[in-house]
Amino acid sequence: MTDKQNMIEVRGLHKAFGHKKVLTGVDLNVGVGESLVVIGGSGTGKSVLIKNILGLLKPDEGSIMINGEETVGMSAKERLRIMKKFGMLFQGGALFDSLKVWENIAFALIQSLRMPRMEAKDIAMEKLAMVGLDPEVGELEPAELSGGMQKRVGLARAIATQPEIIFFDEPTTGLDPIMGDVINDLIINCVRDLGATALSITHDMASARKIADRIAMIYEGKIIWVGPVADIDNSGNEYVDQFIHGKAEGPIKMAVRG
Amino acid sequence: MNPLTFLSTTGGVFMTFLTATGRLSLFTFSALYHAVTPPFYPRLIVQQMISIGYFSLPVVGLTAIFTGMVLALQSYTGFSRFSAESAIPNVVVLSITRELGPVLAGLMVAGRVGAAMAAEIGTMRVTEQIDALVTLSTNPFKYLVGPRLIAGVTMLPILVLIADVIGILGGYLVSVYKLGFNPTTYLINTWNFFEVEDLNSGLIKAAVFGFIISLLGCYNGYNSRGGAQGVGAATTTAVVTASILILCSDYFLTELLFSQ
Repeated sequence: MTDKQNMIEVRGLHKAFGHKKVLTGVDLNVGVGESLVVIGGSGTGKSVLIKNILGLLKPDEGSIMINGEETVGMSAKERLRIMKKFGMLFQGGALFDSLKVWENIAFALIQSLRMPRMEAKDIAMEKLAMVGLDPEVGELEPAELSGGMQKRVGLARAIATQPEIIFFDEPTTGLDPIMGDVINDLIINCVRDLGATALSITHDMASARKIADRIAMIYEGKIIWVGPVADIDNSGNEYVDQFIHGKAEGPIKMAVRG
Repeated sequence: MNPLTFLSTTGGVFMTFLTATGRLSLFTFSALYHAVTPPFYPRLIVQQMISIGYFSLPVVGLTAIFTGMVLALQSYTGFSRFSAESAIPNVVVLSITRELGPVLAGLMVAGRVGAAMAAEIGTMRVTEQIDALVTLSTNPFKYLVGPRLIAGVTMLPILVLIADVIGILGGYLVSVYKLGFNPTTYLINTWNFFEVEDLNSGLIKAAVFGFIISLLGCYNGYNSRGGAQGVGAATTTAVVTASILILCSDYFLTELLFSQ
């Protein structure tokens, strides 16, 4: 991996909310075209990490380089340019419920790239087919879809503008194992087709093993282990072992009270 | 009690107040800036205008007609004691155009539209739809807040204009059909007492109220936290703060417009 250029490079990232320190110095690299999965328990700062990289949250301290460009402290205009390289699949889908399914998928094409509606609709329908949904689904409202279908539409929306980097926030959470695996396959195919870099966060180990090239584990606001997916079972790290085997006993103590 | 405890509590309340005011001011500047700079979303502006203007017509119309009716009835009770019944058209036209039209329409729209805005934007916040907007390279201030502010400021004066007409009609109906006024004389008196300045002052108020309603609806929705309960609280706060601000600003606007 060392000879490869990094698409995302995070150094010494700190983020606190009031007195609650969530990230306490995260260092992380994601190579071009690589799929990195960050695993970790609930409340360990996975979402906060991804939102800092996306620019939805402002880091207190540290550096985030996207394709060699520093994004911390960027102006709104430059941020908009970087944002166009990103696609994001949100945990709950985050589909706009005031718009039809196809309008959701075509959103960035119409609003940001100023594409004519009919042309954008054709692309939306193409993406809809890519995630395995019938064209009729395009005319439905998001509220009429099942959870799995909403995730698929969310994925179609994330890849509609052919982004260079795609973020996945808990892509399989809340789905049954079979639908979870369908989503995993779609993620692998979409990322490979686009040649995109992928950064995912999850606590679903089956999903992590399937979609990751490398896995990183976050604990108490720091990355405590990074390695190729093949090494995860003999990481030699007792925190990682406890997490991937899902044991209550071990060095990680679950905070019963938040 | 330790006097320091008292001081720190007072200070705490004061600081909270200052923080909230500062945050609202920053939000207001941002919202204003993005409402008047491109890109604009004509489709959304029209959609908001319909939702604020057209769909508020029944509520505002009903409020206005009953207000005009009760105004005529009440002033008759008062004025007949010193034989000044002929002042009723004057009272009705002045109260409706200057005061009751804008304030009551403002309060009704705050309840109807302000609440809906806070609930919609609040739900978008807690379901990460606002974050999704950002990742799709769309500024939520331009996409969500701007159209609502533009629609609020332009639609409220139109609603109030309609409310004024309906309110005066309400007063006319009661005066003529219940209190036995001569219809022609009543209309002539109404027209003689009618001043464009009164109407204008009411419409200026209406534009300000429209701004307040949209701003607080958006602000509270945008900053809502923590699921269904948070959205519920944001909705309540949006309506309560908008209503109070409408009544407060009404006084100061009256003073400002009256002193001219």
